[in-house]
Amino acid sequence: MLLLVQYTIIFASVLCLVALGGCFSEHSGVINLGLEGIMVMGALGGAVTMFLLPSDSSKIVIVLATTLAAVIIGVIYSCLLAVASINFKADQTLIGTAMNLLATAAATVFVRAMNTSLNPDNVSSSIQYIHEKKAFLKYIGKFEFNWFMLMAIVLLIVSYFVLYKTKFGLRLQACGENPQAADSVGINVYAMRWAGVLISGFLGGLGGIVYITAGVSEWKFEMGVAGFGFLALAVMIFGQWRPTKIALAALLFGMFRALSNVYTGIGFLAALHMPSTVYNMLPYIISLIVLAFTSKNSRAPKAEGIPYDKGMR
Amino acid sequence: MNEKAEKKSLLKNPSFQAILTSLICIALGLLIGYIVLLIINPVGAGEAIKTILLNFLSRSSHPARMKALGNTLAKTAPLLMCALSICFCYKVGLFNIGAAGQYEAGACFGLYAALAWHMPWFVCLLIAALAGAVVGAISGALKAYRNVNEVISGIMLNWILLYLTNMMLNKVKDPASPYTLKLASANKAALIPTAGLNAMFSNNKTVTLAIPLAILFAILIWVILSKTKFGYELKATGYNKEAAMYAGMKEKQNIIVTLAIGGALAGIGAAFLFLTGYQEWSTTQTSVPGMGFNGIAATFLGGLHPIGTIFASFFIQSITDGGALINKSVYPSQISDLISSIIIYLCGFVLFFKFALNNWIDRGSKKKEVSKVTGKEIKADDASKGGDK
Repeated sequence: MLLLVQYTIIFASVLCLVALGGCFSEHSGVINLGLEGIMVMGALGGAVTMFLLPSDSSKIVIVLATTLAAVIIGVIYSCLLAVASINFKADQTLIGTAMNLLATAAATVFVRAMNTSLNPDNVSSSIQYIHEKKAFLKYIGKFEFNWFMLMAIVLLIVSYFVLYKTKFGLRLQACGENPQAADSVGINVYAMRWAGVLISGFLGGLGGIVYITAGVSEWKFEMGVAGFGFLALAVMIFGQWRPTKIALAALLFGMFRALSNVYTGIGFLAALHMPSTVYNMLPYIISLIVLAFTSKNSRAPKAEGIPYDKGMR
Repeated sequence: MNEKAEKKSLLKNPSFQAILTSLICIALGLLIGYIVLLIINPVGAGEAIKTILLNFLSRSSHPARMKALGNTLAKTAPLLMCALSICFCYKVGLFNIGAAGQYEAGACFGLYAALAWHMPWFVCLLIAALAGAVVGAISGALKAYRNVNEVISGIMLNWILLYLTNMMLNKVKDPASPYTLKLASANKAALIPTAGLNAMFSNNKTVTLAIPLAILFAILIWVILSKTKFGYELKATGYNKEAAMYAGMKEKQNIIVTLAIGGALAGIGAAFLFLTGYQEWSTTQTSVPGMGFNGIAATFLGGLHPIGTIFASFFIQSITDGGALINKSVYPSQISDLISSIIIYLCGFVLFFKFALNNWIDRGSKKKEVSKVTGKEIKADDASKGGDK
């Protein structure tokens, strides 16, 4: 049971971070379907950093360097979305999809090239970080505390504060609701949307590294992040684009995801003898059902997905 | 003078523009791919990009070339069907990213019908189409009645169906491997007939009726979209839902029908791959098959035109197969995926590019007019400008 709680919290942290990223981007008016790709890139940056760091680095160096690398790569990668959808007014769905495909392909190519250059016989697309991963963990009794859990909570509070209590956050939201009105009072809509997308890159990249260090100590980059970015989007929609509700939704979805990892250890679930694939499907089925019931009166930002054109009033 | 006017009209021609922009996307995608290859290892990069581009042509003998071409064509047929599925839905304003899930549904029920119920190929094909249509209709119904974005529901269904397919086909798999039973030994009647086509491709048995059928489907979709009232209604719904409703069209029904047709196309696509015996379904796979996503690349590269999609599908499949031929001890074969995903990304800029091109043409022609006109007309022009102010 403790294991279930632990996995729930770590998966909820991932979902919460990434969904908050989506939340910032959508409040500024840009649909970020590329979150999945941003996660892959963040994960790649973090994993490569852990791989390259000398093995005698202190724990704090490992944690900081890995997090920083994931975040920076995530922000850089999100520029692809910002340039295309804000400055060139491209179809945001298409660009997001392309970014997801590009991230998996690029990460696989990069890791394989790296592995092969170090050892010609190694053509795998995975990176191992068994030793480095321990830097993130702290045992409290039997509970495996992860520094990322704390980061998620802090960033959740910061996000809430920024979105609702600062001038910046309110302006950002104005750009997603009515960019023409925002522009007329002197807000730079393009700059605000860039900020929204870059923040989503920051949070998405961080979510990526948290995801691949949750529970496993090796990642095969051919797999991408297994649709987790999209699950986070579902969390965001279920959370009605609000940080507090997003956190609760993340906990719920995180629990269903955690079940597929630990159901064998829980007496009554193991006794049901359901194939493991059922548990793999569960988070997606639940989110589909939940979306069916919550999307009808959606509180989505009104101008999301529509490129802002100064000439259009 | 005449010649120049003709050149201009050619540049202004939308289909010429579509082809031009696609070629530019391809060129840029290949260039970036080449740069990546150069970074990995500069020695063989030129050779590698040549292999990716030439694919079957890089084989040494004529029979080997034809056989490789046959393999590429055999995989182009399912890709084309997925691309048509996405193209059809996009014309109606829906982004069918769920094509991958509909494709999985087709594979699941098509193969199950073939292996568990021992049905002949055309029945399996119909079942696959039906399965895909049902999955598409689920997305459509969620969109029409529950306001769920078809992209999100499509992606969720992709994953649900991946696991469902693994679970279902686990019952008809080869006991010694994770793959489903081979059709050639388990149920020959379920193999799509070759109708003598294989003879042209060095007796490549995977070259079947599926290829001409896929091309027929492309033409059919083109006819439906541009020549029928049904297609017109669907497109009208895509342009403006409210206007379509006001004009008496059943906009909710249209959304569901569109995604169901898209689903059927993707389902048939799966049948076109798995019922040729080209490959078996691996019941342990943990990622959504790339066919549906490559379909997006083919659709946009084909300029969102069913006929253009035929050539684009062949190109995408050809570079994917070419990627498998490069020296794997030096270069990762996913370099082709990288190139095709860059091409999709660049396709996002197509609208902007066309806009810039038209602007450039217009400005060019205006300048010429200005130089031709007499002083009087310039004055008139100025006056009209003044009026604008």
